Amino acid sequence: MEAEAAKLVGAGLAAIGAGMAAIGVGNVFGSFLESALRNPGAADGQQGRLFIGFAAAELLGLLAFVVAMILIFVA
Amino acid sequence: MAAEQGKVDPMKQFQIEPLFGSANWELAGFNIAFTNSALWMAITVILLWTFVAGGMKRELVPGRWQMAVESFTGFIDDMLEANVGKEGRKYVSYIFSLFMFILFANLLGLLPIGVLGLHPFTFTSHFTVTGVLAVISFSIVLVVGFWKHGIKFFTLFVPHGTPAAMVLPIALIEFFSFMIRPFSLALRLFVAMMAGHVLLKVLSSFVIDGLNAGVGTSLMVAIPSFALMIAISALEILVAGIQAYVFALLTSLYINDAEHLH
Repeated sequence: MEAEAAKLVGAGLAAIGAGMAAIGVGNVFGSFLESALRNPGAADGQQGRLFIGFAAAELLGLLAFVVAMILIFVA
Repeated sequence: MAAEQGKVDPMKQFQIEPLFGSANWELAGFNIAFTNSALWMAITVILLWTFVAGGMKRELVPGRWQMAVESFTGFIDDMLEANVGKEGRKYVSYIFSLFMFILFANLLGLLPIGVLGLHPFTFTSHFTVTGVLAVISFSIVLVVGFWKHGIKFFTLFVPHGTPAAMVLPIALIEFFSFMIRPFSLALRLFVAMMAGHVLLKVLSSFVIDGLNAGVGTSLMVAIPSFALMIAISALEILVAGIQAYVFALLTSLYINDAEHLH
């Protein structure tokens, strides 16, 4: 395989990571909503933790995007 | 470069250009050209200053403007109270400046002033800018930590009740997770902003190429892409707010570590 083609294939494969991060972020908000509906009184106090979880899950998806960008524009 | 085929280059919006013929300004051997990035930072600061100054009237019965500013300061105050405790009050000025600066920068970068022929520039989509912000936050954590706890600050790397056999590996992991913080902080904001703007430009190239290619592609490609673009723009406004909030929230959590250790 040519090097240029391999780079683009690699960048495409990195998009899988973005999809995985989508599952992760969906999980974070889904679980929050599920438990928030069971105990709405405690939900507001957990908003900080919700966004920490969201940030951690999202960062890994963004890393996948960085990998794709590096493969296309830098490598 | 992969972007040569399309008419819209999604990376062109991130180009830094010197303005007003300042390309050759130098100070002690360094180029200090007044770039579009600097221009938008100046605009952000002026707008932010105007916004806050307009609400600093300290009236007993606040008007709308003062109410808007106070709801932001109250929001940051509550966040620090919840995450750091009463020692958090002294960081309100820093976290407030940080949050509002990033929020205004993100939102200004999304302004649709391209239709007027101007080019909005999102300086938070540059790693240098977010990197400096993250390093400032990280230095505050280090300075506060060592100032308050001295050499005991290193106990941050060993949580309470760690079994003796596990001290070394846990200290190593905690040390790395501590040192990686400024990078993850800066990378998150920079990539989130950049990804959104690239996505918008890619969709805009679909719209333009679709319209140019004929009636069929106009209906099948350009119009759905345009609808998606509007939806993504709304999502980007949400992301602009969330990323500013996450940056401020994580900074306050790190400050909590420095104030209270584990």
